[in-house]
Amino acid sequence: MSDLLGFFSALFNPDFPFVRNAFFAGLLSSVLFGVLGSVVTVKRIAGLAGAISHAVLGGIGIALYLSATGLVPNLSPMVGAIIFALLSAAIIGTVSLRSKQREDTVIQAIWAIGMSIGVLFMAKTPGYTDLSSYLFGNILLISLSDLILLAILDVVVIFLAWRFYPQIEATAFDEEFAQVRGIPAHVVFLAILSITAVAVVLLQTFVGIVMVIAMLTLPAGTAGYKAKNLASMMIFATLFSFLFSFAGLAVGWGFDIPVGATVVVIAGSFYLGRSAGDVLKKWRKHHD
Amino acid sequence: MSSVPIALSFHDVAFSYPHLQVLEDVSFHFHAGEFIALVGPNGAGKSTLLKLVLGLEAPQAGTIRLLGENPRKSRALVGYVPQHTSYDPNFPISVLEVVRMGRVDATKRGGKAEQTEKALKALRQVELEHLAQRPYNELSGGQRRRVLVARALAAEPTMLILDEPAANLDKESEQRLYATLSKLKGSTTILIVTHDMREVSPLIDRVFCIDSHRDGKIGRTVVQHALEEEAEGSIKRVRHDVEIPGDFCHFPREDV
Repeated sequence: MSDLLGFFSALFNPDFPFVRNAFFAGLLSSVLFGVLGSVVTVKRIAGLAGAISHAVLGGIGIALYLSATGLVPNLSPMVGAIIFALLSAAIIGTVSLRSKQREDTVIQAIWAIGMSIGVLFMAKTPGYTDLSSYLFGNILLISLSDLILLAILDVVVIFLAWRFYPQIEATAFDEEFAQVRGIPAHVVFLAILSITAVAVVLLQTFVGIVMVIAMLTLPAGTAGYKAKNLASMMIFATLFSFLFSFAGLAVGWGFDIPVGATVVVIAGSFYLGRSAGDVLKKWRKHHD
Repeated sequence: MSSVPIALSFHDVAFSYPHLQVLEDVSFHFHAGEFIALVGPNGAGKSTLLKLVLGLEAPQAGTIRLLGENPRKSRALVGYVPQHTSYDPNFPISVLEVVRMGRVDATKRGGKAEQTEKALKALRQVELEHLAQRPYNELSGGQRRRVLVARALAAEPTMLILDEPAANLDKESEQRLYATLSKLKGSTTILIVTHDMREVSPLIDRVFCIDSHRDGKIGRTVVQHALEEEAEGSIKRVRHDVEIPGDFCHFPREDV
């Protein structure tokens, strides 16, 4: 218990700005996880988001290699990540729209090839590169400029979700009907995929690839049990996401264990617990 | 000349997917206010024809006029009731929100109060206003189908198109659905697509069939078959042995 109390005193201690930054990063990323995660969940494209977030590792590996070998000095890993994210979003999006039956194979191929390219280039990069830091990130290394970037993306995503809410809801619920109403469903789909790709890149540099995909799906999945509509799902998912991030940060700090992995375990346990409760409720109803 | 305008016309339409000729030499039309059935066995091209009517696909040859325009222009005047078989039972949405979707604009947000008013009116038409606030996934299959009819009616359409409206419905749900459609008959043009080749509802005025091929052609065409009513108000039997040309007109001719 004293370990957890230590976290709260660190949070308000001016000598530990990184703890406060991590807290605000959790708060700001929760909005992205909540809003985008709900859209990804109802449009059933979590697999696509998973592939994009893992393929990003290829871009990071190449950027690190080019930078360390001096071929492209000072190339930020984020540039490589953004290029790979948008490239994989474009490939997956096109295949998904043109040839549904090949979608699964292409998703798995992009996922595996992207990660493997990352591992290969990191292995040949001079100096030490830690793969797990990209998989799980380190929320305690977040700077003020990172927070500003996150806040800007929050504002953009909230605005787009509000402005095009009827179109997003209609295409997710019944794409064919939405098309008959004149909604450019394919444009909406590709826009959602591209924004998710950019958000994944930003978020994974702070919290890691595994946590990004877990937090895009688990809080929204948990919220889906309680929500009455897509808007309330977004709000609940944001709240759950913040709760899981905050709990993970406190427990991780208190017990000196990796924060990213702790957040994923907490979010996953909560979701599985909620799912089990739902199955039990249905079973009881069926047997009453 | 006739004052009854043509609601839908196909003129020498052909459509194929890569390596698959689906429709060839398709010419037929019907008029505003008619209640039409389009029948055909599974795989004959009913869904493809529906996609052409709704402007989701474009024909490789021939012309299609929906309410006097290119379907992509005029489909906003059509209320479409899909089968919606890929429906996600975990999608969080209320009945009212589903019906409000019937008025969704291509890009604008739209006024919520007006959408709600029209959606409630449409729910009254299908006698499901009392379920407006209920989650959509708690309804029975028959109720869900009527909610989708309400969603189509919310846009106050000139024409209603229903894809297999009675599929997977019990007799009572089917009767309720047709009771709703009977109230719309005459004021709204109705086209239902069904795979039941033998008999159709007594409400149906004419039946078109996608089944036969023209000599030497691979794609299917559309013909009209006669309808036989055994008793007043009973199910109408489709006379596949009595073929009427697809483009035969029961109304005095009007320029398409």
